[in-house]
Amino acid sequence: MTMNYAHRPKRQGLYDPAFEHDACGVGFVCDITGKRSNEMIAKGIEVLERLSHRGATGADPKTGDGAGILIQMPHEFFAKVCPGSNIDLPGPGEYGAGLVFLPTGNKDRKLCKDVLYEAAKEEGLEILGWREVPVDDSDIGICAKDTQPAIEQVFIKGNKAIKDALSFERKLYTTRKKAENRIRSLEIDSGSLFYITNISARTLSYKGLLMPDQLGKFFVDLKDSYIKSAITMVHSRYSTNTFPTWDLAQPFRFLAHNGEINTLRGNINWMRAREGLLESGLFGKEIKEIFPAITPGGSDSAAIDNIFELLVLSGRSLEHAMMMLIPNAWEQDKAMSAALKNFYKYHACMMEPWDGPAAISFTDGTKVGAVLDRNGLRPARYMITKDRMVVMASEAGALDIAPEKILASGKIEPGKMLLIDTSLGEIIEGSDIKDKVARSRPYGAWLKENMVEFASLKAKSIKETAIKDISALEKAFGYTREDMKYIIKPMAEKAQEPIGSMGNDTPHAVLSNESNLLFSYFKQLFAQVTNPAIDPIREELVMSLETYLGPEKNLLDETPLHCHKLRMKSPILTNEDLNKIRNISINGFRTKTISLLFGTKKIKDLSKRLDAICHEASGAIKAGYTFIILSDRGVKKGRAAIPSLLALGAVHQRLVKESLRARIGIIIESAEPREVHHLAVLFGYGADCVNPYLAYGAIGELIKEGDLNLSYGSAQDNYIKALEKGILKVLSKMGISTLQSYRGAQIFEALGLSDSVIDKCFTGTPSRIGGIGLRQITAETIKRNEEAYPESGYENLELKTGGLYQWKRDGEFHLWNPQTIAALQDAAWCGDYKKYKEFSKLINDQTSNPCTLRSLLKFKRAKPISLDEVESPESIVKRFATGAMSFGSISKEAHETIAIAMNRLGAKSNTGEGGEDPLRFNNLPDCDSLRSAIKQVASGRFGVTTNYLVNADEIQIKIAQGAKPGEGGQLPGHKVSLTIAKTRYTTPGVTLISPPPHHDIYSIEDLAQLIFDLKNVNPKARISVKLVSEMGVGTVAAGVAKGHAEMILISGGDGGTGASPLSSIKHAGLPWELGLSETHQTLVLNSLRSRVRLQTDGQLRTGRDIAIAALLGADEFGFASAILVILGCVMLRHCHLNNCSVGVATQDEVLRTRFRGRPEYIVNYLRFVVEELREIMASLGIRTVDEMVGRVDLLEPNGSMPALKDKGLDLSRILYKPNKFNVSTTDDITAQDHGIDKVMDLELIRLTKDSLDKAMPVKIELPISNINRTTGAMLSGRICKIHGEDGLPEDTIQCKFRGAAGQSFGAFLTKGVTFSLEGMANDYVGKGISGGKIIIRPDRESDYKAEVNIIIGNTAFYGAISGEAYIRGVSGERFCIRNSGLYAVVEGVGDHGCEYMTGGRVIVLGRTGRNFAAGMSGGIAYIYDKDRLFKDNCNLSMADIENIDAEDEETLRNMLANHLKFTQSPVAGKILHEFRREKKAFVKVMPTEYKRIMKAKMDEYKLELSEVSDG
Amino acid sequence: MGDIKGFLKVKRAPSSYRSVGERLKDYRSVALSRKEGSSIDQASRCMDCGTPFCHWACPIGNYIPEWNDLLFRGEWKKALELLSTTNNLPEVTGRLCPATCEYACVLGINDDSVTIRENELSIIENGFDSNLIRPQPPKNRTGKYVAVIGSGPAGLACADQLNKAGHHVTVFEKDNKIGGILRYGIPDFKLEKRILDRRINIFKKDGIKFLTSTNAGIDYKAGRLLKEFDAICLAGGSRKPRDLNVEGRDLNGIYFAMDYLVQANRLVAGQMIEASDVISARNKKVLVIGGGDTGADCVGTAHRQGAGSVVQIEVLPEPPECRTCDCPWPKYPAILRTSTSHEEGGIRRWSVSTKRFVGENGWVKKVSCSSEGDDFEIEADIVILAIGFVHPEHDILLNELKIEFDTKGNVKTGDDYMTSRKGLFSAGDMRRGQSLIVWAISEGRRSAYNIDKYLTGRSNLPKL
Repeated sequence: MTMNYAHRPKRQGLYDPAFEHDACGVGFVCDITGKRSNEMIAKGIEVLERLSHRGATGADPKTGDGAGILIQMPHEFFAKVCPGSNIDLPGPGEYGAGLVFLPTGNKDRKLCKDVLYEAAKEEGLEILGWREVPVDDSDIGICAKDTQPAIEQVFIKGNKAIKDALSFERKLYTTRKKAENRIRSLEIDSGSLFYITNISARTLSYKGLLMPDQLGKFFVDLKDSYIKSAITMVHSRYSTNTFPTWDLAQPFRFLAHNGEINTLRGNINWMRAREGLLESGLFGKEIKEIFPAITPGGSDSAAIDNIFELLVLSGRSLEHAMMMLIPNAWEQDKAMSAALKNFYKYHACMMEPWDGPAAISFTDGTKVGAVLDRNGLRPARYMITKDRMVVMASEAGALDIAPEKILASGKIEPGKMLLIDTSLGEIIEGSDIKDKVARSRPYGAWLKENMVEFASLKAKSIKETAIKDISALEKAFGYTREDMKYIIKPMAEKAQEPIGSMGNDTPHAVLSNESNLLFSYFKQLFAQVTNPAIDPIREELVMSLETYLGPEKNLLDETPLHCHKLRMKSPILTNEDLNKIRNISINGFRTKTISLLFGTKKIKDLSKRLDAICHEASGAIKAGYTFIILSDRGVKKGRAAIPSLLALGAVHQRLVKESLRARIGIIIESAEPREVHHLAVLFGYGADCVNPYLAYGAIGELIKEGDLNLSYGSAQDNYIKALEKGILKVLSKMGISTLQSYRGAQIFEALGLSDSVIDKCFTGTPSRIGGIGLRQITAETIKRNEEAYPESGYENLELKTGGLYQWKRDGEFHLWNPQTIAALQDAAWCGDYKKYKEFSKLINDQTSNPCTLRSLLKFKRAKPISLDEVESPESIVKRFATGAMSFGSISKEAHETIAIAMNRLGAKSNTGEGGEDPLRFNNLPDCDSLRSAIKQVASGRFGVTTNYLVNADEIQIKIAQGAKPGEGGQLPGHKVSLTIAKTRYTTPGVTLISPPPHHDIYSIEDLAQLIFDLKNVNPKARISVKLVSEMGVGTVAAGVAKGHAEMILISGGDGGTGASPLSSIKHAGLPWELGLSETHQTLVLNSLRSRVRLQTDGQLRTGRDIAIAALLGADEFGFASAILVILGCVMLRHCHLNNCSVGVATQDEVLRTRFRGRPEYIVNYLRFVVEELREIMASLGIRTVDEMVGRVDLLEPNGSMPALKDKGLDLSRILYKPNKFNVSTTDDITAQDHGIDKVMDLELIRLTKDSLDKAMPVKIELPISNINRTTGAMLSGRICKIHGEDGLPEDTIQCKFRGAAGQSFGAFLTKGVTFSLEGMANDYVGKGISGGKIIIRPDRESDYKAEVNIIIGNTAFYGAISGEAYIRGVSGERFCIRNSGLYAVVEGVGDHGCEYMTGGRVIVLGRTGRNFAAGMSGGIAYIYDKDRLFKDNCNLSMADIENIDAEDEETLRNMLANHLKFTQSPVAGKILHEFRREKKAFVKVMPTEYKRIMKAKMDEYKLELSEVSDG
Repeated sequence: MGDIKGFLKVKRAPSSYRSVGERLKDYRSVALSRKEGSSIDQASRCMDCGTPFCHWACPIGNYIPEWNDLLFRGEWKKALELLSTTNNLPEVTGRLCPATCEYACVLGINDDSVTIRENELSIIENGFDSNLIRPQPPKNRTGKYVAVIGSGPAGLACADQLNKAGHHVTVFEKDNKIGGILRYGIPDFKLEKRILDRRINIFKKDGIKFLTSTNAGIDYKAGRLLKEFDAICLAGGSRKPRDLNVEGRDLNGIYFAMDYLVQANRLVAGQMIEASDVISARNKKVLVIGGGDTGADCVGTAHRQGAGSVVQIEVLPEPPECRTCDCPWPKYPAILRTSTSHEEGGIRRWSVSTKRFVGENGWVKKVSCSSEGDDFEIEADIVILAIGFVHPEHDILLNELKIEFDTKGNVKTGDDYMTSRKGLFSAGDMRRGQSLIVWAISEGRRSAYNIDKYLTGRSNLPKL
């Protein structure tokens, strides 16, 4: 298929190119001595090719997402070739050169060149000429070829006045920026095809829309032996969709990036905001010409390159600039030097962190380095050789290095840097580089003089103005009884965010008949696939709410006054705090309060006042104020408050546009915000601090009335703490760790706001269905005011009911209400279709209570056909699945009933997270089956054994769930019964924590790897990926499709049966209508639609729902809450309390006996749904569901719904049909090419044939390299298929490998298989190991010290079930996390070791990184703590450090003896040799809960009542 | 929700009554009031459901889980405040309501439902005992005048709501005391009249005007009403009894239940009745025709009057003791209900149809009946017809106001409770036909909302 897009497609329908993500492979090779050679280039290209599995291809298999190389200026080469292009080249360093992408049309091409000539001339530079770059495009993809620009190299000569190299670089930079800006403003058709990769006298890049292995061939230059460099930086790109372009290939000018900058929107805004302050003697007046500093339309990586370039050219060193952009998690680091902390604190006053997973390598042609984000979420391995070469890459083994040449093998640690200065010929190690920079200026002294600690401010004794008539004020701000009871009270009481269950079935704010606060129109976004969420509780050390309040200074300079700021630990102000700021008068700080009140008489007053406020704010800055307080104090009859968010948005956006924002701190003093979401939105749109004074007042009221038995002080503290925790969680969902970078990052999607409101107050926020404008917002505000202060008449003393969290007659509408619940149960139990129709009418007809987007749609009239012409019910019902509800969240009875019903129908049930009892894999005597066809793999990996995976028809990777996308979960110990513990392979009573992200999916290429892993284990199972609807889910899905998923589930944000924070249930995720159509449209545009099937779920109930889902693009459909209702659920919404009175969502023995669901009920219901669907199909003249998929042309807005017109909604983007879609039918589904026909396991299976069948022992020896991924998984799957969970007898199959193994070495290795590797391995070693044995030791030829060098990558033994592992060497981050029962020995680990571990034993014979044992609830870890450093690195919130006892000694001796035997580890040898002395160096990490349970068990055991079993 | 496991720990406590022997000797309330501690225990059984079916099934939308929770926490005052926002007469429904809520209680699915009615009663009685219920006349008056015709539960609820909204409300009652069917239709042993007086005194102090012994339409002509009042609400009940037109119906000794009960109530209240008019069951054989609540009230009254024997017959078959499939939870089921009066004696028979009345000397003596093909006779000195009401009495007022009726003969209104005539509203049994007290209250409240809206263009009154 041809792609006719010269460039990325424009925004169309729900597709928006701005949603694209990318992630990649990155690396460099360098000769430390600076010796330039052609060999270094060849090696760089080899690294690139070896990383090609980290890149991706789209529908066109030969068009990659981009690849490139950055080298030192190859003068020798140019000196040879330039004469051929009539270019008279001066000496090295006296000219700059660079690759330029030009329009192919001659006219435009000349135009672009002319602009560049002009720009150069203005800078006093001279263009020496252009060289056509020879390319061989014979082997590149069609799509790449179609969009291929003319590629030339430009040569620019400096002048005598230029003093030094950096000045010349600045001139070249200004020239480039000018040319870019001018050509962009020309808006010529092919303008976007003009792109300058880099013009520099120091570095040169070659890049393009190529696959890694095409680069070397495409650019003929690269084969020339004259082309030489000491530094070669490479990059291979994996973009989520297939509109990658030539210009977005990396490396950029200075850097190449693997990962994603989550805070991009905020970073761009803040850069824009501070452009007004930028001045530099180095750039002179010209500086204005380079704005915008961040080139529009670039990727996140391009943006960070832009700023890095600016900082470096302003005179900062590479390392300094990088430390500013990506600071360490310094706030809570006890081990960090004071100087470095001061450096970071000082620079925090200048710039917010660019936050997100990132491995960045950078170079200026002399120095080359790499750095990792503060959380270490991307892999970066390096190797230093004895012949002075450094190789850094996303994977070890990217370059073959003879083992005996290895000097050191390492990885870059979170927040650390690797830097090589080729001019000095030395490597500068992590902390040294940073400390050197930190000491370059007296930052500490500057801070002391200028920074004001907020805590040190004294409060003036100002009498607090008590709120008069608090109840009326509460009404004016829409407080309800629910807010008091379910939001404020629990927060003030327990310092926790309130929890709820069963998803959201209330109308979207814009559809509601009730009055909604503006906050409710914003939906929180969350990370899925392209970057990981963070665990804000267990990984708290990277999180920070610190706020630096006050005006910024010129970013390009540094002076003591730059840190003249107010530093506060928390941005949530008490009334006293606010008074301190209001009355501040030290150091020139001055505060102005601006009132948000307006008169309610005229509807226009609000918008007038809004403009006046903006005016006052910018006036205040000019008048020298440093803080403004936007205050809504004083609301009374006739005086209402502009919604705080609206006012903030207007002011913030106005000040950003005027480049004034960086000069002032904005504080919100408002009665409106009360819950986590409210504050999160305020910070997300730029508030510096918030004072929610009415919430404090409400707490006082609760105390006064005896509802809260706490002192006011502690209740308020609790409440603030709950808000802080909640906000950290909202940040962490996006993978953002500091509030500073979250602030103003606008990580929200608006649902139901008009473009005019968005443009004015929330610029850049997607709002895809339009919605209400200022007029309606004003009317709502006035209405609330009038209700609170009635003219006359009845005065209700009570607050409004609310009814958001519980159904109430006079509250918000719920689709699940007594009538619908009763009607559905009646219909399903009686098996009466007529009754079902009564139910479906109640759901489908939402005329008086519009609730869902689909209620606004109707079917077009079409020529009907007879019902018998429509596809049979039996065939349609196979498209149905039930949602992932784990056994654990729902009762055994409910779980099994669902499985039986779905199996009877030939549909699919889903295990949910938490495994499945193997007994259920076999049919029951009466031919029913309890086996769930879909086996879910979630972040906790509980019960994900090889055998479990082998018994799946479909394996579903749960990335997110509708109720709480981006969050983890927790099954408290008291719910972990014996049976649950058994299916989850853990210990009864031990708390089970599911981390927010999959720790083996931090980016899209990682997901591709997991899909590959699972496909290997069970090649017959379909692999599906569950995503949650949000803007951009379409592009994520495109990436997932490219990662070879076979089905993608788009879950609505409203769904969800489990427990989750109320703010997440209500405010995170979008309806499936949007997500599904965006996904369908994007996949169609990408020509990827035929590769995957789409499923949707989230509040599906009726045949009409299904019909609309199909028309919007779904092939398959999921049900969850309706199924539970049929099984007896009456929406108590108590799932989180283990207290379900109908026995559905509980593990309580007594309550479970009350369960009365039956499979027949489900069967009845789903048949009814199909019947209703068939009737609709017949009326539309459609015969099969296949014909129906994606036929949006059969839908239209339902004009009779008043909401459509009254609220200004526009559904055209949902109903957009990309014109190229050829109707998807099951026949033309293109099977994904998983590449599992090439894996090494096929050979292993061949070689072990006898063992597989007859359990005969076998020994194999094979070489291995990093392209051999997931070795062992397919073999293990095969073993389980034949022998079940028990596998083979120990050591039946013994494989010895030599080399650098690829990712997932030994994944899911099952019982009876022993893998022994000589060499090293990459990430995910032993993932999900289920009984196998893994031994890894350095190559016999190598002589470096294993115990201080990295031998395996990150996240090894994630989700290990059982087995043994002996690793002679140090592992990366997150060793043995979520270990259920593995016994492992390792000689050192990175950060977060043994996180979330629930069982097993781990011995670390060396140092650990930080945050060891966070969230560890079971198992035991032993640390050889020779230098007594361990205590500071251990997270003691769930575990204690203890001395070892006799039993531990026994364990240690046995495991160490094995370690010695298998790996010949000298460390183990020495310890064992002097065990009596050495044992004293051991400490053990014992989870407190586990200890208690083990002790209780021991006591029981002694009484011979029960036997001990451990994981 | 106080104790999430409360429903697993505490069993439903049955209502307690005075012993039959004792209570038959007087007309005082048969029910014993519950101890505070027991109320708190019982309230702990409420599960605070995410979807409170009780609240749904309650016609006035009592915030049942919310006040159960407050009750459990001992926050009596707040519970009372919340209860008072939806119910104008909780002391009445707390005693008399058949509690549709309890049949919809989620706990009732697989256990005994929460004692919602008695919880309500304990809240309101605690309020009276603690002197928390005091007059609260509105701060401002709107200057609008409303007439409410009829002082039954609908009229009272309507008057109370409109008075709270600041209107001048006058309630017209043709009887000499306020309360309508509450006072005259319901025996004291179920609702002592002091309970009613207690509330009416508050209403009076709140500023509601009551004109008793004033038959609107006769004593106060329709024209005058229309002239003096900005709005009128017709809440005269549905008093036209259903008759049984079989042979012998004209015999003496056959009475409509309401005639019997009203008189009995007057007697208990100490009113003098002409001896010749007195209907007494003393030493008589009493037959009550009709198996409903009114019939049961007649049974209880007859026993207290010293009846020789009491038989109650019902034309419908005996309902089942439990729910059947055709009436699944949470619907209000047709099941066998045994009232306290039934516990006090007498015979109940089902599926019995009345063929004719047989008399002697113009007085009824026997009643011929048949049941499932068997013919038989029941001896009876007094026959009480408790077979319901057909529609309101189409009296002078309704005629003069030229009100339209619906097909059943009830006053016809729109959804806004306004009759065919502007400014004229109707509520209660008069509008919807014979129903429960709680429905009457609901009607009164909803009509008040609409009247307030009609008078002022908007209303802050609750819609429910």
